[in-house]
Amino acid sequence: MSTVLKVFKLPDLGEGLTESEIVSWKVAVGETVKLNQIIAEVETAKAVVELPSPYSGVVTELHEQPGTVVEVGNPIVSFDVPGEAGTGDEDPGSPAAADTEAGPAKREPTLVGYGAAVDTGKRPTRKSRTRAVASTAMTTTAEPPVAPVASAPASVETAPAQEAGERPRCTPPVRKFARDLGVDLEQITGTGPYGLITRDDVTAARGAEAGETVPASPSGAADPLAGSTAAGGPRTLGGAPREVRTPIKGMRKHTAQAMVDSAFTAPHATEFLTVDVTPMMELLERLRADRAYRDVKLTPLTIAAKAVCVALERQPTLNSRWDADAQEIVQLNYVNLGIAAATPRGLMVPNIKDAQSLDFRSLAGSLRDLAATAKEGKTAPEALRGGTFSITNIGVFGIDGGTPILNPGEAGILALGQVREQPWGHRGEVVLRQVTTLSLSFDHRLVDGEQGSRFLSDVGTIMADPGMLITML
Amino acid sequence: MSQPAGHRDEGLIQLIDPSGRRTPNEELDPWVTDVDVDALRGLHTDMVAIRRIDQEGTALQRQGELALWPPLLGQEAAQIGAGRALEDDDFIFPSYRETGLAYCRGVDAEDTLRVWRGNAYSGWDPFGKNMATPQIIIGAQTLHAAGYAMGIKYDGGSQAAITFFGDGATSQGDVNEAMVFAASYQAPVVFFCQNNHWAISEPVELQSNTHIADRPVGFGIPSLRVDGNDVLACLAATRIALDRARTGNGPTFIEAVTYRMGPHTTADDPTRYRDANELDLWAAKDPIERLEKHLAGLGLDTAELQAGAAVVADAVAEKLRKAIIGLQDPQPMDVFENVYSQPHATLDRQREHYALYQQQFADAGSATEGGAR
Repeated sequence: MSTVLKVFKLPDLGEGLTESEIVSWKVAVGETVKLNQIIAEVETAKAVVELPSPYSGVVTELHEQPGTVVEVGNPIVSFDVPGEAGTGDEDPGSPAAADTEAGPAKREPTLVGYGAAVDTGKRPTRKSRTRAVASTAMTTTAEPPVAPVASAPASVETAPAQEAGERPRCTPPVRKFARDLGVDLEQITGTGPYGLITRDDVTAARGAEAGETVPASPSGAADPLAGSTAAGGPRTLGGAPREVRTPIKGMRKHTAQAMVDSAFTAPHATEFLTVDVTPMMELLERLRADRAYRDVKLTPLTIAAKAVCVALERQPTLNSRWDADAQEIVQLNYVNLGIAAATPRGLMVPNIKDAQSLDFRSLAGSLRDLAATAKEGKTAPEALRGGTFSITNIGVFGIDGGTPILNPGEAGILALGQVREQPWGHRGEVVLRQVTTLSLSFDHRLVDGEQGSRFLSDVGTIMADPGMLITML
Repeated sequence: MSQPAGHRDEGLIQLIDPSGRRTPNEELDPWVTDVDVDALRGLHTDMVAIRRIDQEGTALQRQGELALWPPLLGQEAAQIGAGRALEDDDFIFPSYRETGLAYCRGVDAEDTLRVWRGNAYSGWDPFGKNMATPQIIIGAQTLHAAGYAMGIKYDGGSQAAITFFGDGATSQGDVNEAMVFAASYQAPVVFFCQNNHWAISEPVELQSNTHIADRPVGFGIPSLRVDGNDVLACLAATRIALDRARTGNGPTFIEAVTYRMGPHTTADDPTRYRDANELDLWAAKDPIERLEKHLAGLGLDTAELQAGAAVVADAVAEKLRKAIIGLQDPQPMDVFENVYSQPHATLDRQREHYALYQQQFADAGSATEGGAR
């Protein structure tokens, strides 16, 4: 029986998508597959979807590696398909796939059911009164506060808008010219009418910046370093090209936004406490031998999680929320305990709901489940919402301490350092003891130094000597 | 003051429970006395067949053969139960997820699917099948159904109109207006709502503080709240509603409580907004498995039952795939066909201009096909 080579091209898996990323292949070259057998997992802008095989046959080539973003219409897999006499099978990729994008203009697909993409990284330009006030309060320049739009008299339309944060004035071509050259328009004083920045202003600024040595070639993208990748150049890290650019997207983008939101809204203060946790380690040893704990993993994190729940009851401000919109502080009398987890898709902070109500055994079980789910990349969206306090276990990387950034919306985060043997003063002697460092960051708007310190001290006390817990209940 | 009932799922009208046990129900029992083992077996085969068509639709979309596909996975009982209660001359006004109803009406699966390939404006002649083509605008078809039913009444016919829509549609103006007209004119129409719990990413609890079945009551339309994963209950409820329509008692509203186990469409990722546990919960109430358990209780061999249904389903799927892949793309001039039933001067002029426009490409040496791209 003769066989026919069939090439499968990436179809548009959503509505109006232009590209998708191959997440993983479920088949290998040489493997025989059946019609509709799942051959790959593909991530689009909307979803991770499974790709069923369009043929029964043998896989002869995988054109793209996992992790690659493939344009719709490009070949991704080829098959040897048993030839069927006279069925004139169409190339199944053809209707959607044969249509390759012509020209450099990238289509910006609007995804049905999800609305237009907001991917500029900026907020929509709607004016919100509370935001406007907040942003002027933070600017250090002497700009007058923005008057609410509604109260401005109708006759002022000729006056130039003096809003804080207005873009430097110039024509769009000049704006693009400046961007191509990497010149920051904010730094330029325009010489044109009404302070308009002209093309000459940009060229001059570029000259001043570069000390006249770099030719002002707009198209050049003349990176002086780029040239030296040629053979004979110095060895780079990992032998990789000198610079690799990756689009900011997906989890990385999400994480970055969360970090920026947190770091620049909540004033962080961080405190450290180093404690001798030898008794705690002994307790863990005893518990591990107990049949009741045979199917959970007991680690310093388990104790820390319990200690945090207890200490939060004594210092509730660490478990509160700053509601800027409502101008209210929300005291949360339940603990949704977030645990920072490194997952295949990046950093996630799933939380254990109502951790305060769990006994030690259940808490250990929840920690195990949470870690397992995160590791498989199956964390439900619900588990990522509504956290009230977080723990990040940097000890697993062999790190002692740090200044963790708060999970947005939360008032505190505890970093758990590694437990290691250190010379330590114990009963009048210097002996080797098991020691760890606790690092606590808190939102100084909500928590004063006193509460933060007391909280950290409580957690430290429990971890140093779990028996002390009975004094806190 | 009466209070809204909330969204508890107890109190559903049911004839076969999730474990496959037949439970008595005074209201529904008299309507299914004729349903014997063979009839149940037929309902099972129907459900397996439409699930198979549905899976093929998803696979074909993933393979680039369809632009989009709205899966019905989980809603088989609601659609087959209702579809098999109808007489041939009752008229169906569906939404876009009613693959099962089209199947009951004898529409070839490829005719249902080719619209989703962008190959045709509609898949079949509505008057040939007594079923309108899929309505994409949420809830608009309910107005058509109410109007059609008013027409039946004026004509003195004994047929009924039945319209299908989802939980989200009941929040639309059109559906509410349709209920106003249907109630005012006592039109012989059945409003069949498949409450599949999700309006894309919007959970039903968020858009209604009461059961969906409580909404029509305000319009003076009686309603039944039935287990939408119980094919026998859906059949019985639809028969009751149709009988009311035929005997001059006006409209009835059926809320079939079911679950959309798949995505809203192939372009949707439900894991972004719903809990996996919820899916597990509903998988335990699967309409096909439930009927299999019931039939096993009546002494049928499940493996043999499944094998029999699979033969039918596989044949439908294979024919469907062949037909879809073999479809010829329509020509640019086809856009003028089926616009008016009679000659139309303006359209003729447009046709002429468009032909001339296409001619330019032919002169330049490129083919006219693909001009629409």
